[in-house]
Amino acid sequence: MTTRWFGQPVRRNEDERFLTGHGNYVDDINPPGSLHAAVLRSPLAHARITRIDVEAARTLPGVVAVWTWQELGDVWRPSPMVVPNDALTHPRTQYPLARDTVNYVGEAVAFVVAQDRSIAEDACDLIEVDYEPLPAVIDLEEAVAEGTPLVHEDVPGNVAAVLTQQVGDVERAFAEADHVFEERLYLERSAGQPMETRAIVAQWDDIERVLTMWDTTQAPLSIRNGLAVLLGLPENAVRVVAPDVGGGFGTKIMMFYPEEVLVPLAALRLHRPIKWAEDRREHLIASNHERGQVHYASIAVRSDGTILGVKDVFLHDAGAYTPYGIVVPIVTSTQLPGPYRLPNYFSESRTVYTNRVPVTPYRGAGRPHGCFVMERLVDLVAGELGMDRAEVRFKNFIQPDEFPWDVGLTFQDGAPTRYDSGNYPEGLRQALDAIDYQGFRQMQEGLRKQGRYVGLGMASYVEGTGIGPYEGAHVRVDGTARRVVVATCVGTQGQGHQTSFAQIVADELGVRPDQVEITTGDSRSMNWGSGTYASRSAVVTGNAVGSASRAVRDKAAALASELFEANPDDIEFEDERVFVKGSPEFGLPIWDIAVVANPIRYAYGTQAEQAIRLLKTREGPPLPEGTDPGLEARKYFSPPQATFASGNHAAIVEVDPETGTVSILKYVAVHDCGRVINPMIVEGQVHGGVAQGIGGSFYERLVYDREGQPLSTTFLDYLIPTAMEVPEIECRHVETPSPLNPLGIKGAGEAGVIPVPALMAQALDDALGPFNVRVREMPLNPGEIRALVRDGL
Amino acid sequence: MTDTRRTVRLTVNGEDVEQEVPVRLLLSDFLRATLGLTGTHVGCEHGVCGCCTVLLDGEPVRSCLLFAVQTAGHEIKTVEGLAPSGGPLHPLQSAFREEHALQCGFCTPGFLMTLVPFMQDHPDPTDTEIREALSGNLCRCTGYQNIVAAVRRAAQTTQQPEEAAP
Repeated sequence: MTTRWFGQPVRRNEDERFLTGHGNYVDDINPPGSLHAAVLRSPLAHARITRIDVEAARTLPGVVAVWTWQELGDVWRPSPMVVPNDALTHPRTQYPLARDTVNYVGEAVAFVVAQDRSIAEDACDLIEVDYEPLPAVIDLEEAVAEGTPLVHEDVPGNVAAVLTQQVGDVERAFAEADHVFEERLYLERSAGQPMETRAIVAQWDDIERVLTMWDTTQAPLSIRNGLAVLLGLPENAVRVVAPDVGGGFGTKIMMFYPEEVLVPLAALRLHRPIKWAEDRREHLIASNHERGQVHYASIAVRSDGTILGVKDVFLHDAGAYTPYGIVVPIVTSTQLPGPYRLPNYFSESRTVYTNRVPVTPYRGAGRPHGCFVMERLVDLVAGELGMDRAEVRFKNFIQPDEFPWDVGLTFQDGAPTRYDSGNYPEGLRQALDAIDYQGFRQMQEGLRKQGRYVGLGMASYVEGTGIGPYEGAHVRVDGTARRVVVATCVGTQGQGHQTSFAQIVADELGVRPDQVEITTGDSRSMNWGSGTYASRSAVVTGNAVGSASRAVRDKAAALASELFEANPDDIEFEDERVFVKGSPEFGLPIWDIAVVANPIRYAYGTQAEQAIRLLKTREGPPLPEGTDPGLEARKYFSPPQATFASGNHAAIVEVDPETGTVSILKYVAVHDCGRVINPMIVEGQVHGGVAQGIGGSFYERLVYDREGQPLSTTFLDYLIPTAMEVPEIECRHVETPSPLNPLGIKGAGEAGVIPVPALMAQALDDALGPFNVRVREMPLNPGEIRALVRDGL
Repeated sequence: MTDTRRTVRLTVNGEDVEQEVPVRLLLSDFLRATLGLTGTHVGCEHGVCGCCTVLLDGEPVRSCLLFAVQTAGHEIKTVEGLAPSGGPLHPLQSAFREEHALQCGFCTPGFLMTLVPFMQDHPDPTDTEIREALSGNLCRCTGYQNIVAAVRRAAQTTQQPEEAAP
C-alpha cells in the first residue's frame, strides 16, 4: 500500500453538508403524520409514588396516549445489565417508567403522545402524581456512613460493588519505604453535554413490516439488537439509524434510555411516526453524568524519589442505577498507574448508590480521575522531598525499551492491562521544551516582583484505547457510479470517520478520499458490530476497513492479471487506474474493472465493453467456485486487547489571588496515538478534549442541593467554556506505532481531556506557592480559589 | 392552553412567506418545523448556546428567544441562505472547511450566522476581537481554536482567492 492519503490533513467529506445547513440530525427528520412525545419526570430525588391520575391529561384535546408503567405490559422490564462483573454484587438498572419509587430528579414517570410537542407538554402538566418523600442520599461520603438511609431498600450500605485489584506486595513496599505521603482527592460530577441533545424518531412501516428508529445513539447496532428482543420482533424487522449526531462524548451510549424503549413502542402501538426530542433542562437532569469520585490515596517512595507503591481506596458515585456496571471505576483503577513503573499497587473501589442521575462513561471514562490521583501523588512526592517535579517523573517513567509492559491488572475488556508501545520520556521532554520549562522559573520570579502569579503544570497519562470485541466493514466498488461505497456500523458524532476511513480505502484502491462514501450508524448496512466508545472506532473499524479494502484490491489485481496476462503482484493502483507495473498502457480505470468483475456483464461504457472481450473464455461456471461477483469484500477486525495511547501536557496559567480568576497563558499537548491517519482530525480531537478538561477544572459542575434538587439546569448554571476561556493549544505528535493492529494506530478521541484537571491543579499550586496552596479537588471556581489563598496563608 | 393563531408575513432567505401560526410558536420551531429549514439548530432553547442564531434584518438573533409572530414584516436569513444551492460556498464556509473549524457540525450554523455580520463590521479582525465575537456561541467539539483560524482565513481570502488544500 502506498501511503498517499494516510497521514495527510485531508479536508473532510462531511463538511459541506454541515456548512450549508443540510446535515441530517435526528430532530431534522419529520415523517409525515408524526405525533410528538413528552416525558413527565420526577420532581423529587427519592420518593414513593402513592397515586398517579392521568385522566385530565388523557382528555386534553390533541392528546393521543398517556402511559404510566401499567400500560407498558411486557416491555416494563429493567434495562439490561450490559457489563456484568463478579464484583458487582448489587446491580440495579432502571425501568422505562417508575412504578413504586423514584430515585432521582428527572426519572421518567409518565409518557405522553400528542399532536404536537406543546400539547404533549401541556398534558404532562395535567398529570397528578402523589409522592411520599423519602430521605435523599446525595453526598458520596455520607452515602456510605453508618445509619445513612438507603437508595435501594435491598442494597445494604448503598454499596453496589467492591472491587479490589493488587499488584506486588503493597504492605511490604510501604513498610520498607523511606517516606509515605497521603491525600484525600475529589473530582466533582460533570457531563458530556453535546450541543445536540438526545432525540428519537420511530416509525413502523406497514409495507416493509419494519420498525425504523432514528436515534442519537453512539451504538445503533447494540440498540437494534436489544430493541428487537424487547419488542419481540425479529432483528431484521428493526432498523436503527444514527444519522448525523451532534456530539456524543459517551453520554449518548446507553442500553437503554427510557425514551429508546417508549418512542418505538408508541410507533408500533399507534401506527404513527413518533418524535421525541429532549430539551436542555432534561438533558442536564436526566441524561447520564460522570466524574464524581473521592479517593483516599497514599504513595510509598525512597528518598531519591523512586516510587515503591501506591494504595488507593475510593468511592465512585454511581447515581441511582448501574447500567454500565463498574466500567468507570475499573478504568480509574487500572489506568491510575499511568506512565509510571508501579511495582506494588493496591486499589479498592466502592461503587455507591446516590439519588442522582446514573453515571456512565463520559470522555475520559474514569481516566481523568485516575490521572488526577496519580499526578497529585507524584507532585506530593516532589514537593515533600524538595525534588524537581519533572525529575521525579523522568525517574519513574517506564522506559521505551521496556515494552510490552505488563501493569499486572485486568482492564475493562477483561484482557491484561499490557502497554504495547510508547515513549513517555520523549513526550515529556517535548512538552517541557515547548513550554520552556527551563526558562519558566526566571519568568515566574520576574512576574512575582510585579505582583503577578503565574504557575506551570505538567501531567502525563496512558490511555487504553481500541478495545474489542470487533467491528466490521464492507467495501464495494460501484463501477457505474464511479464511487467506492463502504458500510460500517459505528456511530459517528463529529470524529470525521467519513474522511479518515476514506483515506485508508483511497490508499489501497488508488482513488481519492472524496470518491469514497462511508456509511456510518445504519443497522441495515452492517449486521454485526458494537459502537463508538472507548476511543475505538479508528482502531477497530479502521483496521476492518483496511482489511476489506485490501481484499478488494487483491480481487481487482487478480482480475487485472487475467485481463492483461500479468503477474498479480505486478498490478498497481493509482489515480483511479489498475495497471501493469512499468506498462501503464496495460490498464483500466478501477471502475471498469468493477464492471467486468460482475459476470452478468452489463458493460456500461466502451472501455468496459472492450475489457470484457479481453477475458478468456473459461471452462466451468461464469463465476468460478469460491469467488463472488463484483469488487467487494467484508472483513472484521478483532483486537487481542486494548492498545495504549499516551500523552504529556504542560501549561502556564496566571491566577489573580484577589479575584480567584485563572487565565491560561500557554498550553502544549504532546500526543501519541501511534500512526496518525489524519493529523488535522487528531489535533481537533485533542483541542476539544482539552477544552472539556478546562471546563471540568474550572467551570463545569453539576450541583445538587441536600434534598437532591439539581441546581445546574441551564447553560447559565452549567458553564461550558467559551472562546474566551479556551486558549490556543500547541499540538505535537510522538508516533509509537501499535504492534497490535496492521495499521499501527491507537485511539485518539478521549485523550485530550484526561490530564487537564491534574495539570491545572499543579499549575495552581505552583502559581500560588507563596500562599501555600495545595489543590485537592476539582473543579474550582474563583470563590474556591480565593478560599484556598485565604486558608493557605 | 387553547391556541391563538395569527397570520405572519415575512421574508426568509429572500422569499416571501405567509403562514398562519400559533402565537406561542418560537421562531426556531417556525423555521425548522413549519418551513423545513432544519439548518438552524436548537441546542438549549434558553438563549445561551447560540446554535439557533439567524439574521433578523441583518443582525444576529437567537431564534429560540423570539416568537414567529414577532418577526412579521421583517427579513430573516438562515444558514441555508448563505450559499445558493449548488453555488460556491461563502468564504466563511470555505474557511471553516479548510481550517477544520467544525466537527459534529451542530453548532456550526449558529457560528456562521454570528460571524457573517461580524466580518462585515470587522474586515480585518484581531484574535481578541474574533474571540469576543465567538464568545456568545458554544461549541463542544473544537475548543474554538480552529474557528478563530477560520475567521482569520476568511478575512484574508475575501481579498485574495485561496489555494485549494488536499
